[in-house]
Amino acid sequence: MKDWIKSGAPWIWMTAGALALSLVMVFGVLWLTAARGLTHFWPAQVAETTFIEKNGSKIRLIGEIREREEVAVRRLVEAGFNIPGDDKFTTRYLIKLGNRDIHGFDFKWYPAPLLGEITYPGDLLTVERREWGNFYGHLQAVKEDGKVVARGAAAMPELEKRVERARALFDEIYRTEKHDIGRINHRLEQLRLQERKLQLQGKLTEAEKQSIERQREAANAEFGQIQERLEQLRREIGRDSLSAEVMDGRVVDVPLAKVADTYHANAMGMAGKIGFYARKLYAFISEDPREANTEGGIFPAIFGTVMMVILMSIMVMPLGVIAAVYMREYAGKGLMIRIIRIAVNNLAGVPSIVYGVFGLGFFIYFLGGNIDALFFPEALPAPTFGSPGILWASLTLAILTLPVVIVATEEGLSRVPLSLREGSLALGATKAETLWRTVLPMTAPAIMTGLILAVARAAGETAPLMLVGVVKLAPNLPLDGYFPYFHLERQFMHLGFHIYDVGFQSPNVEAARPLVYATALLLVIVIVVLNLAAVSLRNRLRENLRGLEGI
Amino acid sequence: MQRRLLTDSLFKYLMTFGGISVIIAISLIFFYLVSVAYPLFKPANVEGWQVYAAPGAPGERTLHLSSEEQREIGARFTDNGSVYFFGFLDGKPRGEAKIKLPQGVSITAFAAGDPHQYVVAYGLSDGRVIVAKQNFAMNFDEQGKRVITPQIVYPLGEEPLVIDTSKSPLRKLAIQSAEDEITLAALTAGGRLQVAGITINKNMITGEAELERTGSMLDGVEGEVQDMTIEVKQRELYVVHADRFVSHFDISDKTGPRFVQKKQVVADGENVSALTILSGGFSLIVGSDKGNLGQWFLVRDGNNAYHLTHIRDFKAMPGSITTLAPEYFRKGFLAGDDLGNIGLYYATSQKLLAREPVGKGAVVAAEISPRANGLLVQDAAGRLSAARVENEFPEVSFSSLWQKVWYESYPEPDYVWQSAAATNDFEPKFSLAPLTLGTLKAAFYAMLIATPLALLGAIFTAYFMTPRMRRVAKPSIEIMEALPTVILGFLAGLWLAPLVENNLAGTLLLFPLMPVAVLLGALCWRLLPESLTGRIPHGWEAALLVPVIMPGIWLSFQIGHPVEAYFFGGDMPHWLSNEMGITFEQRNSLVVGIAMGFAVTPTIFSIAEDAIFSVPRHLTTGSLALGATPWQTLKNVVLLTASPGIFSAVMIGMGRAVGETMIVLMATGNTAVMDFSLFTGFRTLSANIGVEMPEAAVGTTHFRLLFVAALVLFVFTFFVNTLAEVVRQRLREKYSSI
Repeated sequence: MKDWIKSGAPWIWMTAGALALSLVMVFGVLWLTAARGLTHFWPAQVAETTFIEKNGSKIRLIGEIREREEVAVRRLVEAGFNIPGDDKFTTRYLIKLGNRDIHGFDFKWYPAPLLGEITYPGDLLTVERREWGNFYGHLQAVKEDGKVVARGAAAMPELEKRVERARALFDEIYRTEKHDIGRINHRLEQLRLQERKLQLQGKLTEAEKQSIERQREAANAEFGQIQERLEQLRREIGRDSLSAEVMDGRVVDVPLAKVADTYHANAMGMAGKIGFYARKLYAFISEDPREANTEGGIFPAIFGTVMMVILMSIMVMPLGVIAAVYMREYAGKGLMIRIIRIAVNNLAGVPSIVYGVFGLGFFIYFLGGNIDALFFPEALPAPTFGSPGILWASLTLAILTLPVVIVATEEGLSRVPLSLREGSLALGATKAETLWRTVLPMTAPAIMTGLILAVARAAGETAPLMLVGVVKLAPNLPLDGYFPYFHLERQFMHLGFHIYDVGFQSPNVEAARPLVYATALLLVIVIVVLNLAAVSLRNRLRENLRGLEGI
Repeated sequence: MQRRLLTDSLFKYLMTFGGISVIIAISLIFFYLVSVAYPLFKPANVEGWQVYAAPGAPGERTLHLSSEEQREIGARFTDNGSVYFFGFLDGKPRGEAKIKLPQGVSITAFAAGDPHQYVVAYGLSDGRVIVAKQNFAMNFDEQGKRVITPQIVYPLGEEPLVIDTSKSPLRKLAIQSAEDEITLAALTAGGRLQVAGITINKNMITGEAELERTGSMLDGVEGEVQDMTIEVKQRELYVVHADRFVSHFDISDKTGPRFVQKKQVVADGENVSALTILSGGFSLIVGSDKGNLGQWFLVRDGNNAYHLTHIRDFKAMPGSITTLAPEYFRKGFLAGDDLGNIGLYYATSQKLLAREPVGKGAVVAAEISPRANGLLVQDAAGRLSAARVENEFPEVSFSSLWQKVWYESYPEPDYVWQSAAATNDFEPKFSLAPLTLGTLKAAFYAMLIATPLALLGAIFTAYFMTPRMRRVAKPSIEIMEALPTVILGFLAGLWLAPLVENNLAGTLLLFPLMPVAVLLGALCWRLLPESLTGRIPHGWEAALLVPVIMPGIWLSFQIGHPVEAYFFGGDMPHWLSNEMGITFEQRNSLVVGIAMGFAVTPTIFSIAEDAIFSVPRHLTTGSLALGATPWQTLKNVVLLTASPGIFSAVMIGMGRAVGETMIVLMATGNTAVMDFSLFTGFRTLSANIGVEMPEAAVGTTHFRLLFVAALVLFVFTFFVNTLAEVVRQRLREKYSSI
């Protein structure tokens, strides 16, 4: 024993323990995100049980059990609960009761000792609504214009049919509002800007004025027609409703216009659940968010992230490569270039928020403000480029990731054997030709590695983006059907910021939590895959070049 | 050939140009941050003095100077009831007005209210008062040019108001006005001091105003009354009397004013020669005939009683203080002395911003324009001097950024960061101390967790682990370096923080329990029969310990609750705050320490592992061949050789911890506090930038201070990283020479 301690073996075990703990933490985090993010789309069982209130009366509870935890009884007693027994700790459940419009809250913790038996009746209906979150209840009837058309067992098939119809109508209304009205608003705004521009240039003649006025009238007339059509659609969608019994025994009507989906979670079979899962997963990545981002999909955030990263790549790639080629191939080997190299390396360690501050001050207020004054005077005082937007965000991130690309490219350049260059030069090629035809193609995988790492960093970076262009809800994507198609001045949504915003700024954090886990999982997957790709690419490059070293 | 050579040199120039531009662009970050932060530290600039004769007839005495917001027009109030308006910078007449005095009555006293309300009062020789108000109407002419028309209006009507019923002349006067209420304090020739409140009841239908007057006498002021001032909310009255005393009256109830206290405000042998109240109505500035300047305000003690307290002194003026003029909206003021000097001061930062000699003889009256961008001073020779002032950032000084500052209505000096509030007369509090401390606190706790974990892990990975496992373990940990911190912050804030709060004892137990569990696991392994342990070679210990660690964590949480039940009354956070008096917040340093420690671990691990792994093999084999155990070799040879690399790993990790934003933003309460407790939150420089930058108005002190914070972060991390990088390069050279 003494020898064992003297040999230092326990210390070796301690180092092993530290590593094991790190690994457990790493995989723990991945597992936690995956477990919470993936289960979000699985249809949740709806439980029915009873609960003894503080005043002793017994009420019925209907809802999803979302979480359980052990909690100090003292805290519960302090909160006014009457807990039987003398345990110090007890379990409590977080139940999602839904029906926020009826009860005023939709999540509540309930101590387990006060709950009755928990059952899962098959006819409990989950209604996903476009407002007020989920609705739970026992379906009673389906109504048309307030008159019952189906009741009891016949209600569910009828409901499904009518929900389908309402959904189709809703899509049409959504399309009309977004595209047709969007187009007219765009045209009116263009007319306003045109008029203002002519006015500023002093070229606003009577004829021009009248022409603009005519176009404006035409747009307004079209707007009126669309409005009428929308009215019509809204009347139609408002036709049906369902009525269901909620947990306190009341029968409540839910208009189908507000219903996104209905299902019997408890009665679903395995196949049904898998189908449901796939459908929800698809909706998550392809739909717009609703209810202040706490429900629905995250498509705009994915789109914004991807577009920003692409823009950033376009900017960072040539800059980084040129800087690396200059530093490695053209600059001398003196002290100066060594200092510069260290400085560039260290920029990667500068906190990202500092880049955000720089981007906000220099790009947006200084550059953007001047661009506005020069090119978009007609829109002032509303800023065009003088406010946060996707162009500035990607430029800021380009600077932030520049060191990554430079360092990776330099490493690639340094690995190209001297013999190859000398061979090329000996055959009569100029230095430029050697670089362009021989060295750079061999460095391509290294450049790609740098770019992928840059993309991975940019995709997850959030702090600087908060300052230079990310918003919680962007009304329009930065890419659309109106000239000039790419709207670089627009603000955009971003996955990382979405997590921060929905998780911390949203009014209903509890409801949004599963969605945040799902978003986080998506981001983790993207970044881990990108990094693995970069690592394997780099390894391949090293292997390939190792073979050449002997030449 | 010619073309190829041309292309070659073109390519060279292109690359050189491009490369140098990129390098310049990168260094631009630093210079830009400096250029935005720099104006904060520039001294105030008073320039372009214009001297002109004061408008008006000779022999008139100036009672008061005033000016309007655009710094276009100045106004001079004289002792015969004339008001002269003139160009602020050029002195050209812009109109005049005369107060309508009743027949045979002269002006015997004068008072001005809070400058931005533009209300003045004239005390008359028959015991009555006229209240007048300046009004600057702004219009635009056909060319779109701004035209400002000054005029005098009478908010209480043109008929003088009776203050002293015995009709004796008024000798001293003070006034303060609001929309529907005016308070006056007056000293009559007979030495009677009285206060009067006038309520203006506007008839909603006819628009006629009806005045309601209440008032009473004030007793208990000994000696001669020199000066009086009413605070802007019309609740306190300060009377300077008997040369060096200030008496404070509570006049919230005009019919029953209450004497509160008497304070000696200047040293024995000195006299109070000027008094003013700063914008917002909290602070008194007292000037003495020796040129001393002091700030006083009411401070609340433990029993809810207010005491007029000496707050700070300012750098003295050379001569006796003759006049004091407050800024309209900030806590600055202008002092003039009898030697013709003026001094521009700022209260919060305790700074003398500028001191200049102006004109000849004593300064008679002075005025700071509403936006604090102009000065107007009258000397004894009857000349006015006007100047432009650039003084946008007076709040910033070393003491206001880094030392305790006694802010208005605070019970004691404190470090406070509070950049904005709803009210207009708010005193901004820009102490960087709590933010810096918060940053250090975050980094400290994160490093406390990350350093041992990362370094021990790196030692094992680099030195003891089998290559097969290393190929998996190293990239796994390194990939976590790329994990977005927003995800870690989210997990820390929404998952870890409630978990820790609910299992505080269990979490704290983890720290001693983990090493114990590892050692127990190792011991068990040793006690197992050799036939079993022999099958697994050395270098797999970490993998073997995973099944020890996981139950260890589980166990720790399991015994946590019984421990809390037995020792801490069932609820440790509650016990901490109630029994120990330690504040417990859900989002605290412990949570941040764990989360950010986790974020920093891969950084330190990766660099330290590289350093240890690249220690030349022949050193270790030599040591082992001489009979040292692997542990001895590690301790005495490997770690010693790699220590610069390990040092640089820790430095780079710290750089990352200091600048990390999202984790601290999401996992702490973001309150700027000055303590180092494990159970409270904090606010770091970086999170502060993230929270406040989008709302800071461009070019303000607040905006620039956030740039200072960014600059501090930049310089700090850059310095730390450079140091680490240099150390690492040295090490690499050393290795290659061995």
